[in-house]
Amino acid sequence: MDQNYVSYLDYQGKYKGIRSWIFSTDHKRIALLYLYSIVSFFLVGATLGLLMKLELIAPGRTIMGAQTYNGLFTLHGITMIFLVVIPGIPAVFGNFFLPILIGAKDVAFPKLNLLSWWLYVTGAVIALSSQFMGSGPPDTGWTFYAPYSLMAPTNVIAALLGAFVLGFSSILTGLNFITTIHRMRAPGMKWLKMPLFPWSLYATGWIQLLATPIIGITLLMVIAERLFKIGFFNPALGGDPVLYQHLFWIYSHPAVYIMILPAMGVISEVIPTFSHKTIFGYKAIVFSSLAIAFVGYFVWGHHMFAAGLSSQSLFAFSFLTFIVAIPSAVKVFNWVATMYKGSIDRQTPFLWAISFIFVFMIGGLSGLFLGSPATDVHLHDTAFVVGHFHFIIFGGTGFAFMAAIHYWFPKIYGRMYDTSWANKGWMIFFTGFLFLYTPMFYLGLTGMPRRSYDYLPQYQTPNIISSLGSIVMLCGLAIIIMNLVRSASHGVKAESDPWGGKTLEWQVPSPPPLENFEEIPAITNGPYEYK
Amino acid sequence: MEHNHAIVHRDDEASRIGMWLFIFTELFLFAGLFLVFIVYRYKYSESFHLASKELNITIGAINSIVLLLSGMTIGISHVAIQKGNKKLTLYLLAITIILGIVFLVNKYFEWRIKFEHGLYPGSVDLLALSKGDIMFFGLYFFMTGLHALHLIAGLAFISVVFGAVVREKVHATKFALLENCGLYWHLVDLVWLFLFPLFYLIN
Repeated sequence: MDQNYVSYLDYQGKYKGIRSWIFSTDHKRIALLYLYSIVSFFLVGATLGLLMKLELIAPGRTIMGAQTYNGLFTLHGITMIFLVVIPGIPAVFGNFFLPILIGAKDVAFPKLNLLSWWLYVTGAVIALSSQFMGSGPPDTGWTFYAPYSLMAPTNVIAALLGAFVLGFSSILTGLNFITTIHRMRAPGMKWLKMPLFPWSLYATGWIQLLATPIIGITLLMVIAERLFKIGFFNPALGGDPVLYQHLFWIYSHPAVYIMILPAMGVISEVIPTFSHKTIFGYKAIVFSSLAIAFVGYFVWGHHMFAAGLSSQSLFAFSFLTFIVAIPSAVKVFNWVATMYKGSIDRQTPFLWAISFIFVFMIGGLSGLFLGSPATDVHLHDTAFVVGHFHFIIFGGTGFAFMAAIHYWFPKIYGRMYDTSWANKGWMIFFTGFLFLYTPMFYLGLTGMPRRSYDYLPQYQTPNIISSLGSIVMLCGLAIIIMNLVRSASHGVKAESDPWGGKTLEWQVPSPPPLENFEEIPAITNGPYEYK
Repeated sequence: MEHNHAIVHRDDEASRIGMWLFIFTELFLFAGLFLVFIVYRYKYSESFHLASKELNITIGAINSIVLLLSGMTIGISHVAIQKGNKKLTLYLLAITIILGIVFLVNKYFEWRIKFEHGLYPGSVDLLALSKGDIMFFGLYFFMTGLHALHLIAGLAFISVVFGAVVREKVHATKFALLENCGLYWHLVDLVWLFLFPLFYLIN
């Protein structure tokens, strides 16, 4: 590639300044718009989390009362789930790298892609406005369980409407990616020659399309109940609150696969690159992604073991829950087998990837305790659930996000970050993470309920460990972010292939030109052919 | 480099796939509601049966025929544009829009009669009835209301296509927009064809 190409960062189009970003239909610029918005919201959510941990450092009222705490965990959940984790990897790294990885110049519908981002921002503004307008911050938890969400005096409608708009944004992203993958793969890139990150986005896209409308209509129903006194979920008007739980989890369980599948895709890219070895069991990873997406639809009832389901449905949902653990485990074995006899290059993205496998396994195995009804009745609504969920979602999606940003940073900005600081940041973050969430398993087992600002005195020691862990983790986060922000403008220039990767993004310059490829590449090999 | 994304490559197949995917999403949106309907129909089968007699089968049937006709006219417009007959296409699209409006006007009168009888969510009269009745009319207004919103969106879509045909942005060799608009309109049709028997013809 000639030296005087213009990168997407320097490209000068119709608009100048910020308008050349917020009106750009270039998938790479949209990806960065998402990156900056998502990281901002993540910092908001992390701050809320820190405040909650500070409240829990001692029993009784420490820095806030019950109502404030209820508002905080609700906003923390809404922010982290709908604004950070669900769009997270697909909207940022999917947008940036899906077209490049399949040898395309852009996504199938660039304008729709920009519309998705605008919808995302609109949804975020509506959701956050619930804090400042009307009758006070919502306190229902991010699950909006009926009947409380129908009668809570707080400003629930804005939060519901925000989540609805965000869902629409997510649907359009999924639609765009599925069409892109169907229509725009480079010549010769057969389905089974496609890299694994696009595969995981494909499976995710179908969940986004087919599960999100269910939560959309459910949220609309709750809004209608509050506005017009229709009684869908209100027992006083003939409705059934358990039906709300069904509808909510019909979406929200598949939604955890929207969160984790792209993360698995990232790890499947990082591990072969830093092991300098072909991925082990390519097809097994592909089909396990599709299996997870499919079986994931039928396990929602395991969130409701304590809601009074019949024993037959308990059995069925529990059985399917154990089944869906299998494809996830298949992937773990594949990643480990890929490393076996590889020439491992212990760079920052690889450290994030192996720590991902570690925390993901703890998160996954602790999930099995919750997946069997007998133990779940004991653990339901305790801190154990919080620990499990954060290990699998924060440890899963969050760590994979970190792996992705450290893996693709040189490609996105054309500059390298300081690896020594990046590694220190990882070490501190990882340590803090373990201290923050591990005590929650113990607390839950011994009976501490979640979503309460207060607890009995005997729970204090683990809570102190957990709160201190959160501070350590945020120190690590600060190091990571400062290192990356500084390196984006001051780092040493990166080559086009700093890690020795084999997928297509490493064959274009760093940062890529506006059109990605001068000529659309013809594909003859599989994606990870080393030697 | 003088490349610009303004020069978009055209892929009719992609836009067709995109539209179908969007329709899948819409179907699931209504599927959630149909699920709720089934649950309460089962729970309050007797009240649903009696409450359904309050609905006017004649207006419902007329509306079904109106929508089916509109589906036909937009279908024929798809053929007309491929034959390059711009005038006929515009006529057919206009008829489709008029039929859609006729449906909405009928719906308006239906709703107004219900309101006059106090059969609307939150009304004192309705709350005095049984839980099954409250649920039936809650679902009736929510589902037909959501359908009407989709119909209005469909009408807006057809109007956009109408303008595009006038300005010859849609013509005999480039008609993906009209085709997608037709697909969307058929979705609106299809949902109504489920709503009609479920609410009006319970037996």
